[in-house]
Amino acid sequence: MTPRTVKLRVNGEAREGQAEPRLLLADFLRHELHLTGTHVGCEHGVCGACTVIVDGRAMRSCLMFAVQAEGTEITTVEGLGTPENLSPLQDAFHRHHALQCGFCTAGILTTMTALLKEEPDPTPDRVREVLSGNLCRCTGYIPIVDAVLDAAEKIRAAKA
Amino acid sequence: MWSASGRRLRASSANPRADQVKPPPFDYAKPASLSEALELLASDDDAKILAGGQSFVPVLNFRLASPSLLIDINGLAELGRISLVDGGLRLGAIVRYRDLEDSELVAAENPLLAHALHHIAHYQIRNRGTVGGSSSHADPSAEFPAVSALCGAEYVLQSIRGSRVLPADEFFLGALTTALEADEILTEIRFPPWPRDRRWAFEEIAPRLGDFAILGAAVLLDPGETRILVFGAGDRASRLPRAEAALRGRTLDKAAILEAAKLASEEIEPQGDIHATAEYRKAMAEVLVERCLERASGVKVVA
Ligand SMILES: Cc1cc2nc3c(=O)[nH]c(=O)nc-3n(C[C@H](O)[C@H](O)[C@H](O)COP(=O)(O)OP(=O)(O)OC[C@H]3O[C@@H](n4cnc5c(N)ncnc54)[C@H](O)[C@@H]3O)c2cc1C
Ligand code: FES
Ligand code: FES
Repeated sequence: MTPRTVKLRVNGEAREGQAEPRLLLADFLRHELHLTGTHVGCEHGVCGACTVIVDGRAMRSCLMFAVQAEGTEITTVEGLGTPENLSPLQDAFHRHHALQCGFCTAGILTTMTALLKEEPDPTPDRVREVLSGNLCRCTGYIPIVDAVLDAAEKIRAAKA
Repeated sequence: MWSASGRRLRASSANPRADQVKPPPFDYAKPASLSEALELLASDDDAKILAGGQSFVPVLNFRLASPSLLIDINGLAELGRISLVDGGLRLGAIVRYRDLEDSELVAAENPLLAHALHHIAHYQIRNRGTVGGSSSHADPSAEFPAVSALCGAEYVLQSIRGSRVLPADEFFLGALTTALEADEILTEIRFPPWPRDRRWAFEEIAPRLGDFAILGAAVLLDPGETRILVFGAGDRASRLPRAEAALRGRTLDKAAILEAAKLASEEIEPQGDIHATAEYRKAMAEVLVERCLERASGVKVVA
C-alpha cells in the first residue's frame, strides 16, 4: 500500500514522516523519525518496552499504527529530560540503580511519567500494579518501585 | 535473508522498508460516522474493524490475519458514550477500560464491573482497549464478556441491513467466536439495572494481577436468585445451572455453599493448556465459587 504522510507532534516539535498503513508506530518513531530510545521487545503488547505517551496516556507503540497517530501529541523517552538535565524520575532511577541493561527503561520511564502526572501520590501497591505492564529481566523491580516513589515525593515537594 | 558474515541483508531493493514491517499489507480508513463505517464494511468482504488494537494488532503482527482493509472506529464519538437509560448502564463499543475506571456512573451502577476492571490487562493496555473490542474478540478468559454474561447484558449489532439486539448468551458462541456477521459492527452493550439490594463477588487466579485469568468466578445474590458463573474453563464464560439450582429456595449456609461449590467443579469441562491442567481448573473452580459465595453472603465457611 502506498505510504501516506503522517503529521504529529513528538516531544513538543512538529514532525512528519512517511508510513504505509501497516507500519507500527514503534517502527515509525525508530526508523522514520530516528528516535531509537523507544525499544521494541515482543511486538505483541506484553513486555512494555515500546510504551510512549500519546495525548497524555501511556500506550504500546507496537499496538498502534503510525497512521493512527496523525494529529496526536507524543512523548518518547527522548522528551523526558537530557543527559545534563535529567527529569526527577530519571534522576531517581540513576540514584536507585533502577536499571541495569536499560532495555526496559524507556518504557518504564514513559509509563511512570504519565502515572505521576495523573496520580502524584501513588501507594507502593499502585506503583507495583502499574509496573505489572512492563517486564524487566535485570533489576528485580524493587529499585524501580523505590525510584518511582522517591521521584513522586521530590516532584510533590518541588510543587509545594 | 542473512549474509555469510551473519549480518542481516535488506530484503529487496524494491521496498527498502520491507524488513521493518511485521503485519501483512492492508489499506486503512478512518470513517467519520457510523454509517460511513457500515458502508465500508459492507463493501469489502475482507475488511476488518480496528478498535483499541490490543488484541487485533498482535494478531496482525503474527500474520494470523490478512485483512484487505482496516476500518478504524476510534474516531466515532457516537460509540464512545457511557450513559444510564431506564436505570441500566449503556456502554458504547469504543468505551475504553480506562474510561470505565474513571467513571463514577460505572462505580455506582455496576460495582462488579468496576471491580473486575482491575483484573483486565495492564495500565497501558486499559488506556486503549475497548469493551466492544474485548467482546468481539471473545477470549474465553476475558473478564468483560464474563461480567456482561453474568449480568445478562444485551449486545447491539448494526449493519447496513439494520440492527439487532442479542442477549450475551446468544452473542458469545464459543472461543473467539461471536454472532457478529462480517458486515456487522457491535455498537453498544446494555446492562440491565443493578438492584440496590444485590450482593456480589468476583475472584480470579492469574499469575500476576493483569495477566489473563487461568480461572475466574463471579456470583450475584439477589433476593430469590443466585447466579454463579465461571470463566476461563471452557470455550466461553458460562453460568452453572446445576450449582445455581442447588441453592434455589435454600438458605445460604455453610452446607449449601459447599454443595454448590462442589457441583460447580463437577459441572465445568475445562481444558488443560500450558498454564494449568484441566484437573487444576476443576479444583480451583470449587475453591473460587466457595470464596465468592462466602464473600457475597457473609457466611463463614472456612473458620
Ligand atoms: C499484554 C496484554 C494483556 C491482556 N490481558 C487481558 C486480560 O487480562 N483480560 C482481558 O479481558 N483482556 C486482556 N487483554 C486484551 C485486551 O482486553 C484487548 O483490549 C481486548 O481484548 C480487545 O479490545 P480492543 O479494543 O483492543 O480490540 P481490537 O484489538 O481492536 O479488536 C479485537 C477484535 O474485535 C473486532 N472488533 C473490535 N471492535 C469491534 C466492534 N465494535 N464491532 C465488531 N468487531 C469489532 C476486531 O476486528 C478484532 O477482530 C490483554 C491484551 C494484552 C496486549
Ligand atoms: S514491544 Fe510493545 S509491548 Fe513489547
Ligand atoms: S534493566 Fe535490563 S531489562 Fe530492565
